Amino acid sequence: MYLIMATVTYDHATRLYPGTERPAVDQLNLHVEDGEFLVLVGPSGCGKSTSLRMLAGLEDVNGGNIYIGDRDVTDVQPKDRDIAMVFQNYALYPHMSVADNMGFALKIAGNPKADIRQRVEEAAKILDLTEYLDRKPKALSGGQRQRVAMGRAIVRQPQVFLMDEPLSNLDAKLRVQTRTQIASLQRRLGVTTVYVTHDQTEALTMGDRIAVLKDGLLQQVGTPRDMYDTPANVFVAGFIGSPAMNLATFSVTDGAAQVGSARIPLERETLAKVTEADKGHVTVGFRPEALDVVGQATESAFPVEVNIVEELGSDAFVYGTLKGELASEAHLTSGAGDNQVIVRIDPRNVPQKGERLYVSIRPGQAHVFSSATGERLS
Amino acid sequence: MGGVTVQNLQITASNPDPALLDLPWDIPLEQWPAETLAALPRGISRHIVRFVRLSGRVIAIKEIGESVAYREFELLRQLRRLEVPSVVPVGVITGRKDADGERLEAVLITEHLQFSLPYRALFSQALRPDTATRLIDALAVLLVRLHLVGFYWGDVSLSNTLFRRDAETFAAFLVDAETGDLHRELSPGQRSYDLDLARTNIIGELMDLAAGELLDEDVDEVAIGDALVERYNELWEALTVSESFDSNERWRVAARIEQLNTLGFDVGELAITTDIDGTTVQIQPKVVDAGHHSRRLLRLTGLDVQENQARRLLNDLDSFRAAAERQNDDEEFVAHDWLSGVFEPTIQAVPRDLRRKLEPAQLFHEILDHRWFTSERAGRDVPMAEATQSYVDDVLRHRPDEKAILGLAPGETDELFG
Repeated sequence: MYLIMATVTYDHATRLYPGTERPAVDQLNLHVEDGEFLVLVGPSGCGKSTSLRMLAGLEDVNGGNIYIGDRDVTDVQPKDRDIAMVFQNYALYPHMSVADNMGFALKIAGNPKADIRQRVEEAAKILDLTEYLDRKPKALSGGQRQRVAMGRAIVRQPQVFLMDEPLSNLDAKLRVQTRTQIASLQRRLGVTTVYVTHDQTEALTMGDRIAVLKDGLLQQVGTPRDMYDTPANVFVAGFIGSPAMNLATFSVTDGAAQVGSARIPLERETLAKVTEADKGHVTVGFRPEALDVVGQATESAFPVEVNIVEELGSDAFVYGTLKGELASEAHLTSGAGDNQVIVRIDPRNVPQKGERLYVSIRPGQAHVFSSATGERLS
Repeated sequence: MGGVTVQNLQITASNPDPALLDLPWDIPLEQWPAETLAALPRGISRHIVRFVRLSGRVIAIKEIGESVAYREFELLRQLRRLEVPSVVPVGVITGRKDADGERLEAVLITEHLQFSLPYRALFSQALRPDTATRLIDALAVLLVRLHLVGFYWGDVSLSNTLFRRDAETFAAFLVDAETGDLHRELSPGQRSYDLDLARTNIIGELMDLAAGELLDEDVDEVAIGDALVERYNELWEALTVSESFDSNERWRVAARIEQLNTLGFDVGELAITTDIDGTTVQIQPKVVDAGHHSRRLLRLTGLDVQENQARRLLNDLDSFRAAAERQNDDEEFVAHDWLSGVFEPTIQAVPRDLRRKLEPAQLFHEILDHRWFTSERAGRDVPMAEATQSYVDDVLRHRPDEKAILGLAPGETDELFG
């Protein structure tokens, strides 16, 4: 299938709403490669939807520029940008055939019949809908109807697909199913796609690269692996990954980060980056899977009291409370709340609620951040 | 709760009706028993929607994701506050579980709009040939009003709109705000995109009716879609464009206000600027509010009706005043006499069982029309009482009941979801 492809570039793109002091999107610099699937992710109010709507032409750009390919589209009307918002309308027309449901926008645009049929057939092949083309939508399953909606965007052969939380109004089952379909379809089509979600799992499973935003500022761009292995700051560390990373305050003493019995040796380069503003502290992050259950006598082991065990079949997690000196000094946070630590454990050897475990951070798996700026040091 | 499994329902509503609790929330909406439902749902929706009679009214229930449900509920409340014609949100119910304890989708509940007509019923009723044009006009007015308050609809379509008769025209109401967003002000890009989407959706919906052989063959779907764009742009221009003129042409300020009043809008704020030497004046409406005539009628008579119905009633009030030679009387007093001497007796002369077929203001409008026709035919001024009697016998008895039209268009089956 012939499709024109294009890069997308945000060049210091800024959106400032009238009457507000802080830009909703602040000097965004982001380059999306030809054919790439980029996910904009972040908590509510981070500027991800605004960024997408700026690309769509639905928000004014108050500073900087936006390019599709080499073309500056900053002031171009939405319908002249050669983009398609996928899933903006997925109500199907009951009397029209599946083919007409997919191709009606081309008919409105006045494309020749033969051209419409060809485009629809090509799209149907990719979407596994060929045998349904001449049937009515009622013959389709929920998932197939979703694919017809995608077909509507595909037949228009736009340069860029835009999707703004397309799964948010689907039920949970259809959501997971459609997520996989969108991702594999995008790879087959190779159309540059910008996708917005608040759900980091969705971002990790779908994107070639992920851009994390917070308060209108780009925090980090990278592959799902980059975001997971080397989060650029405390925010990304806590946002990406499920269950979330544990984050605690450690003192820097004798070339190591230490709190209570827990001690993590620091690399020389990491130590060199600690500044006076850090006041002798660093923030240490460790994922639930970076913790080992060990004997009480083990050096660096610290105690955790089990509150809940979450068993997921292949995995199990303990949600526990820090005990001992750590509890008062570490200022620990995790996805489970303050002073709560999450530990991945062997699902075949699950502790009881109320039991006390001793855990230690696996060497080389701690993330060290500046306590003053939150930036990554290690 | 009807002896069902223990539910932990959370009901968010501004004024919850206890009868809501008696509905079978432990059953997926799609499987609700027929005796609970008001009628078969219709229209094109991406969600399951059902209508239910509850405490003497009809409510619409839509199964939808929890966060989306709360969001739409809040948006609909804001639209009500901004006085945009839209459905009344009743509430959101979450925490539904079925008999096996499986989670069920949250629901958004809205009040069904009495006397409203879905487009699928209207188009296939073979009303007047210009039905399509009048629906499009109504939708253009609604879209302009939404855009004036900063609402980006995101999925404008005939399916997401309900229509009410408004004298010889229709008034459009927003029924689905799921894709919408309220902004301080819309950019030209947002408006043009919304309009473009409206055009595509409307043409698609009409093509669907044509495919189902529910539309007259002569109807040009694309032309109707284009008409919406044209009507919208004309109205937007009339309401917002800035005009300049010579400073000695100041009557043009009053003329502009009158023009807006004729379009049914009041001017809340008008920016007037003069250039440095004071030779030219520039005016631009800043705040315009729809409902000029309906507000005036409400103030005079307490009747709360739609814009064009109000216009018609006000015209009748004016003729009443002229005929009684009471131009110098206080308008409020004349209006009171018109209400008790003309309007109310006319409505009361319609047998009670037929009154539910149309809204009172619409009844009055049609009786006025009928009176005009019968007078012309008889070559004399037919009195109101006689016209009413003849209207009831010759017209109203044969009209369908429009208080709650929920069914599909005649000959149509619920193909997509049935």
